Amino acid sequence: MKKRTYTDHSIASSDITPEQVFLNRRALIKASAGTMAGALVVPSIAAAQASAQSALSFSPDADRSLVDEQTPYDAVTTYNNFYEFGTDKSDPARHAHNMTTDPWTVKVGGLVNQPGSLHLEDVLSKFDLEERIYRFRCVEAWSMVVPWVGFPLSQLLKRFEPKAEGKFVEFKTLYRRGQMRGTRSFTSIIDWPYREGLRMDEALHPLTLVAVGLYGKTLPNQNGAPLRLVIPWKYGFKSIKSIVEINVTAKQPKTSWQMLQPSEYGFYANVNPEVDHPRWSQRFERKLPSSIFKPNRVPTLPFNGYEEQVAGLYQGMDLRKFY
Amino acid sequence: MLTRLTVPPWCATVAVITLCLLPLALLSFQLASGDLGPDPAKRLMQGTGYWGLRGLAIVLLVAPLAQRGWRGLFRYRRVLGLFLFLYVSLHLLLFAQVYVGWSGALLVEELKERPYVLVGFSAWLALSPLALTSTDRARRSLGRRWRQLHRLIYPATVLAWLHLFWLARSDVGEALVYGGVFAALLLWRLRRAQTRPR
Repeated sequence: MKKRTYTDHSIASSDITPEQVFLNRRALIKASAGTMAGALVVPSIAAAQASAQSALSFSPDADRSLVDEQTPYDAVTTYNNFYEFGTDKSDPARHAHNMTTDPWTVKVGGLVNQPGSLHLEDVLSKFDLEERIYRFRCVEAWSMVVPWVGFPLSQLLKRFEPKAEGKFVEFKTLYRRGQMRGTRSFTSIIDWPYREGLRMDEALHPLTLVAVGLYGKTLPNQNGAPLRLVIPWKYGFKSIKSIVEINVTAKQPKTSWQMLQPSEYGFYANVNPEVDHPRWSQRFERKLPSSIFKPNRVPTLPFNGYEEQVAGLYQGMDLRKFY
Repeated sequence: MLTRLTVPPWCATVAVITLCLLPLALLSFQLASGDLGPDPAKRLMQGTGYWGLRGLAIVLLVAPLAQRGWRGLFRYRRVLGLFLFLYVSLHLLLFAQVYVGWSGALLVEELKERPYVLVGFSAWLALSPLALTSTDRARRSLGRRWRQLHRLIYPATVLAWLHLFWLARSDVGEALVYGGVFAALLLWRLRRAQTRPR
């Protein structure tokens, strides 16, 4: 059953609620959240979490959206990989509420003409938000279909004017030990903060999204609040969460999983059913929600089904070598 | 302590069987009520796998405990072993159903390309003759060789642990805890063999 929490698909970007009204509304919702929670009988934990997210104004983007059955909100927000909060799929939903996301600043630097920082308020007011319904494919061979709300990363980068010698973009996740129990595990072998990177042309590709919401509302913490990347043709770990730093670099940046296990995780990490991972066969995926008797096992598509849009980026490259 | 209990032995057997069935009952209940989330297969794989590992530790714990006076525990080692094999077999069945989709070609590929699958499968292979020869008749007809055969539990334990360790991606804490427990249980046997040569 498709759950639709957003209603109007015909909103044009010119119809978007003016900034001040929008921000005031958010403040109003926040202020009344306490009293509302007391007055309402909440049917489930997931519903309680959903009501904690504020609604966003956005326009749909039919061109780049999928006509596909969307993964239910509950599944999207309770089955996550966010190792800062623990390695179990249910850990982020249980522990990510410890992370404070307000105030939030993203530092943008490196090879740019206008280094500076973005506050969350700027992010929400300076960019036109749109909905993109993307396939999301994890390297662990499961997948979802998620209606994200965000804007192209290229719009953000252009504001800081990358220099011509900037060939790559590096991203870092928040690292705050006190609020992230997974980073305090002394047997964890990840070198925090979590890092990811993209080639400049990948970063500027129109499909590459900075997401601030899903299902029409702000991102829950476990999904990478307040802002994260979504690169639909790459394995999920490339879509870095809760970003606090963006650097334009000349050299290919190091990424967390690659540093940890270079034989298993490449820099590109494009979804490719032909290139196997030592742990999981990549030919099939379990499209969640899955069940025991109907595992919902479907063949994985090259570039996760976005081949037409992105294959050009990798022309002439040996994708077995640059996995 | 157990030897001094006055309850009839069949009562204790029923209790042990009930305890062994508890994890399975809990997992089934969670599955039926949708508590296992959007990817129940994964949670069931983990659940059955962990109970297989814990079962190995429990079975290996019987002998050291018996030496410390709990001799009555030997009576339940067969039941414990059979249940451990049940959990491990369910683990394998789930793998075939959900990950391999009952494709022989895919299974061969998994075994060839993914060492943790090969190692886990080998552990199951090592345990299956033990389950098959668990009857009184098999024990009698095998005689001395029965004991030798059932030492296969030691390599199976090492393989099962390797399976867990290889699956750890970024946090090896859990694998180290299991490793410590298994190491202690196997070292106890090594020392016993050295101090009491037969």
